[in-house]
Amino acid sequence: MEPSMKAPLVRLLCAAALLSIFPAKAAEVSVAVAANFTAPMQRIAAEFERDTGHKVQLAFGATGKFYAQIRNGAPFELFLAADDATPMKLEQEGATVAGSRFTYAIGKLVLWSPKPGLVDGKGEVLKRGAFAHLSIANPKTAPYGAAAMDVLRKLGLADTLAAKLVTGENIAQAHQFVASGNAELGFVALSQVWADGRLTSGSAWLVPGDLHEPIRQDAVILAAGRDKPAARALADYLRGAKAVAIIKSHGYGR
Amino acid sequence: MTNAADFAAIRLTLELAAVTTAILLVVGTPVAWWLARTRSRMKGVIGAVVALPLVLPPSVIGFYLLVTMGPQGPVGQLTQALGLGVLPFTFAGLVVGSVFYSLPFVVQPLQQAFEAIGERPLEVAATLRAGALDTFFTVVLPLACPGFVTAAVLGFAHTVGEFGVVLMIGGNIPEKTRVVSVQIYDHVEALEYAQAHWLSAGMVAFSFLVLLLLYSRKRGGVR
Repeated sequence: MEPSMKAPLVRLLCAAALLSIFPAKAAEVSVAVAANFTAPMQRIAAEFERDTGHKVQLAFGATGKFYAQIRNGAPFELFLAADDATPMKLEQEGATVAGSRFTYAIGKLVLWSPKPGLVDGKGEVLKRGAFAHLSIANPKTAPYGAAAMDVLRKLGLADTLAAKLVTGENIAQAHQFVASGNAELGFVALSQVWADGRLTSGSAWLVPGDLHEPIRQDAVILAAGRDKPAARALADYLRGAKAVAIIKSHGYGR
Repeated sequence: MTNAADFAAIRLTLELAAVTTAILLVVGTPVAWWLARTRSRMKGVIGAVVALPLVLPPSVIGFYLLVTMGPQGPVGQLTQALGLGVLPFTFAGLVVGSVFYSLPFVVQPLQQAFEAIGERPLEVAATLRAGALDTFFTVVLPLACPGFVTAAVLGFAHTVGEFGVVLMIGGNIPEKTRVVSVQIYDHVEALEYAQAHWLSAGMVAFSFLVLLLLYSRKRGGVR
């Protein structure tokens, strides 16, 4: 045995292994994204990577959960929330880069059923009430759920339909309850049932904006993104023509 | 610090765990007995099916329950044909989900208890001309009693701790499907940390006490 002969080789291998873990590369930006914005953000991130050479790491989830994680040291640099209240709260608590908050999309609420003809163009189906379950996102935690409750209250149906409400923990689950047929219809995000300028399936009523508070989705650069050019670049990119076109094609307003 | 909704969730959770445990003891006992005694080649297959919920993520169990119990699923078609409607978003649906989810926690301790009895007491009972049912109630049941206690406690505690399956098939309806774990999740999401702490600490205390009782009893017991 000649351990001294092996040592240089071992050292070389260790160095190579370390280098492969920490490669020198273009800047990377870590983003927390509201679940409802998954599809457009994946496309925007791909375009951004191609145009700038930066790398984007996307994490999708519920806005309230991201808030808890950010307050407890999660290393996200940019936050695309499902509402405007959470980024505002983070800003007031000093967890963001001052002045970096902006609205990147405005959500549109739609009453949807996978069954053609079940939902009429005026939402009269709600008044008839001939269904067992109406699915909404949790109004306490999800902006689309709060908007759905606004609509039911404006229509004077909040009490009559209360027993028929089933609540998803977020808008993705509210959609899943309807898509799986367990609820006949539900209030979902237009972006979930809209592609290439038309409804992907079933029937829907695009809820007029005056029936609920606007669903403003705000983004903000977090404290971890301070002095990170890639985070700033992506925030700017979200406001650019290319990103706006993608956002609109997914059924969001600007 | 707490409110009516929290207490409703606690009551619902205890109800769900009690009903689930009762059903599991009735359904699980013959399954465990068969697993303990059989020499069939199917033993491995049935044993594996019973153990599946131990390793499957709750999201998988919840997703398949939602789809199979839904209006287009085979179970959903059956329950609709029987005039029962569909099971998701109902207490009965949660019971079905919990029975499957907690199955191994009841069947496995029972199976071990039955196996520990061995052949001898059964042979003795047979020579005394005891019938199968008689043997079960006068010989097996008393001997396997600690196994039944373990099975009931674990089945109950595991159902109390259920989250993912309920989240997927429950629909978060107050007093019907909103159990404590879901209520805690909602509190955290809504940034109501004080209420989340209150309920979470209660869950930790409850779970610790249950396990403490179980393991203290086991350590002292020669049974």
